[in-house]
Amino acid sequence: MLLTMKHPFFNLLCACLLLGACHEKDTLPVAVATEAEEFSGGANGTTFDFSENAFGVSVKGLNAAEEGYFVTGNSFFRNNWVSAPSSVQSIDGLGPVMNALSCGSCHFKDGRAKPPGSADEALNGLLFRLSVPGMDVHGGPLPEPNYGGQLQDKAIQQVLPEARVRVSYTPVDGKFTDGTYSLRNPVYSFEALNYGPMAAGWMYSPRIAPQMPGLGLLEVVSESDILAWADENDANGDGISGRPNYVWDATSQQSRLGRFGWKANQPSLLQQTAGAFNGDIGITTNLFPADHLTAVQQLAYANIPNGGNPELEDATLLKVVAYMQSLAVPARRNHQDATVLRGKWLFSELKCATCHRPEMQTGSTGAIAALQNQRIFPYTDLLLHDMGPELADNRPDYLASGSEWRTPPLWGLGLIKTVNNHTFLLHDGRARNAEEAILWHGGEGASSRDQYKQLGAGDRAALLQFLDSL
Amino acid sequence: MQSVIARPLLLLSLLSLPFLGCKKDEDDTDAARKAVLQNYANIVLANYEDSYDAAKILKDKIDLFVANPSAQGFADCKQAWINARNPYGQSEAFRFYGGPIDAQDGPEGLINAWPMDENFIDYVEGIPTAGLINNTAQYPTITQQVLADLNESISEESIFTGYHAIEFLLWGQDLSISGPGNRPYTDFVTGAGGTASNQARRGLYLQAVAGLLLENLASVRDAWQPGSSYRKDFLENTATDVALGRLFTSLGELSKGELAGERMFVALDTKDQENEHSCFSDNTLADIKMNFLGIKNVYLGTYTRTNGSVVSGPSLASLAETTDKTKNDLVKATLTETEQYINAIPGPFDQTILNNPNSVVPAITSLRTLSDRFADVGFALGAKF
Repeated sequence: MLLTMKHPFFNLLCACLLLGACHEKDTLPVAVATEAEEFSGGANGTTFDFSENAFGVSVKGLNAAEEGYFVTGNSFFRNNWVSAPSSVQSIDGLGPVMNALSCGSCHFKDGRAKPPGSADEALNGLLFRLSVPGMDVHGGPLPEPNYGGQLQDKAIQQVLPEARVRVSYTPVDGKFTDGTYSLRNPVYSFEALNYGPMAAGWMYSPRIAPQMPGLGLLEVVSESDILAWADENDANGDGISGRPNYVWDATSQQSRLGRFGWKANQPSLLQQTAGAFNGDIGITTNLFPADHLTAVQQLAYANIPNGGNPELEDATLLKVVAYMQSLAVPARRNHQDATVLRGKWLFSELKCATCHRPEMQTGSTGAIAALQNQRIFPYTDLLLHDMGPELADNRPDYLASGSEWRTPPLWGLGLIKTVNNHTFLLHDGRARNAEEAILWHGGEGASSRDQYKQLGAGDRAALLQFLDSL
Repeated sequence: MQSVIARPLLLLSLLSLPFLGCKKDEDDTDAARKAVLQNYANIVLANYEDSYDAAKILKDKIDLFVANPSAQGFADCKQAWINARNPYGQSEAFRFYGGPIDAQDGPEGLINAWPMDENFIDYVEGIPTAGLINNTAQYPTITQQVLADLNESISEESIFTGYHAIEFLLWGQDLSISGPGNRPYTDFVTGAGGTASNQARRGLYLQAVAGLLLENLASVRDAWQPGSSYRKDFLENTATDVALGRLFTSLGELSKGELAGERMFVALDTKDQENEHSCFSDNTLADIKMNFLGIKNVYLGTYTRTNGSVVSGPSLASLAETTDKTKNDLVKATLTETEQYINAIPGPFDQTILNNPNSVVPAITSLRTLSDRFADVGFALGAKF
């Protein structure tokens, strides 16, 4: 009797196995889902909010004070700054020249900006770093004399914006083994240069505003771990080097490992944030007490009222930094799906995972206890890699050469479309989707790209589906 | 042996029972939810109609005043602005789920953006030539279209339009410690007796921005009219658990993130007297009360219109009453408590955050609790977030 009762179950089990075996995918190698890998930001740093607010959720385990910082920091991140004098003194001091009115106008919903869709569209989240050949006293880029280190294309009333930048694209065609594709290469035209011509040999680097989740976790990955991944002279002969950038840290007044920014040119979120307030919005802080103006502009705009000295006080700046540090990473979706696991296997097989390092551990430093000792899956090594001439901006930034870029983390990638309604990627937003981003890889990424082009349509789709699950 | 056999059978029959009963239960649940959503849509429409109508009165008063500026006309405009804030403040309980008001291309930013940049609009302390009104070279004409186009040019958020732009033009900068802004009505007087410059352009700006406000309010109102595609989609094509989820998201976001956080905690935390939404008119406390009233309206399914008539029907509360009375009672008790705390905050808000900040704390705490309890009820009702 017992036996007969068991039979149906037994048969069911067999049928499952058989069905599984018939499925094509099972004949191909797949990766296994690593335990708890859906928790991209670790036990504390992961959110299961997959709505358009997915990038704006706080990590778990903040104390009451940190929760308060999150609220106030969010407000100062999101709200517009206004020109001085204003009735609201804590938020005045915008400009005189700037790229944006708030952090959130470029990092909309804590997400990622997109490049202009047409030559007539104004920049909104894309900016241009400027320099001339040479180095400053700390080994950083030498600012362009008439415009400084960054081109500000907006200005408050009574002040001239620095320039107007128009973006257009030319098609670049290529071939898969089994088909063709077309990419688009950006072309920039700098018009209405209101402060004179650019100096001889001037260089520019387009930079798009990336999404914010997980920055605080990356900040507390231990430096020795990152350095252990570096392979500057490619000692292991895999064609992939990976090297650290060392940049000037204005707080400690010494050179430190760079972690943030497209070229790993910022050592900390505090400096990244204070730098962006200064360069992008025209807000002074104790770290950067002067507005981002050239000597000529300083003279011309000496009578423009400022919003205090500094315009953003330390206490509030630290709350904005704490806000950014505490943004959780969305969990993986469909991480056990068979196609996704096939894509994960390919990601490793094509050596994508060599630079886009899947897993690491945060250290036990940093002010926010909840971010410490988390097992995270950011898909970056935080190191510089040569990405070839096509992606090169040809503008060195500390130790980063004109063709080196920092591996951007891939966590949250699949939710950019939900949060920001687009899928544009890479430092200048030229890639219209993840596949185009892969196809733009050159230099150390050329071999992975070539292998991707040789994949069949099914495997290409599987790899993209894996990326979409991040 | 017997029991071993019996167990799977029992299990099977247990499993099948709910399945049999399920279909009818599901239908009943769905019908009950639909009745709640229908009443919600009626309230939303009525509230936006009232917002539009009050803004229309404001626009009419502004037109009268600009044609023939007087102290009385100016006072009438200010009163009409304060009146117009009441229905709109309640309607903020329909935000935060990507509905017509704040979908990707929704007009929320054009209607209610704050902070707004005074310098971009008109003169400010020490800069008599500031603002578009005084920039005749760059902006020779002032029309609704010019302002609408400008909004796109510098930021995705409005810095030129909305309630608070009108507020600034009516009250002026609030530089006083004790009272609201004190713009003289003569800023709009052309010719003899006029103050500041470009008075006619200031009048045109005020009219244009009031006209734009009306247009934008009409667009959200119309999205909720019977027969409109949004309303139809919301009531007929959206799964009821998803639609309920939107209502709870909205309630939770407004009470915790926006009201307790952005509008109250941040003002307290920064101790900036004017870091408050209606800083020119010192109407912030009324804004807070109206936001809270909006939350209550949605949960209890009752809205009292400007003309005193009442739109009422099946509500989240009545749904929760039969599903999870305990949780519903908790929400209702927290609503009552929060209202008492908010009513106990002395005005004006900009004075209170400086001189009596502790009086604001209980309301903030209570609004946060309220948000968590909304989430509890939402889950109990099967809402999908």
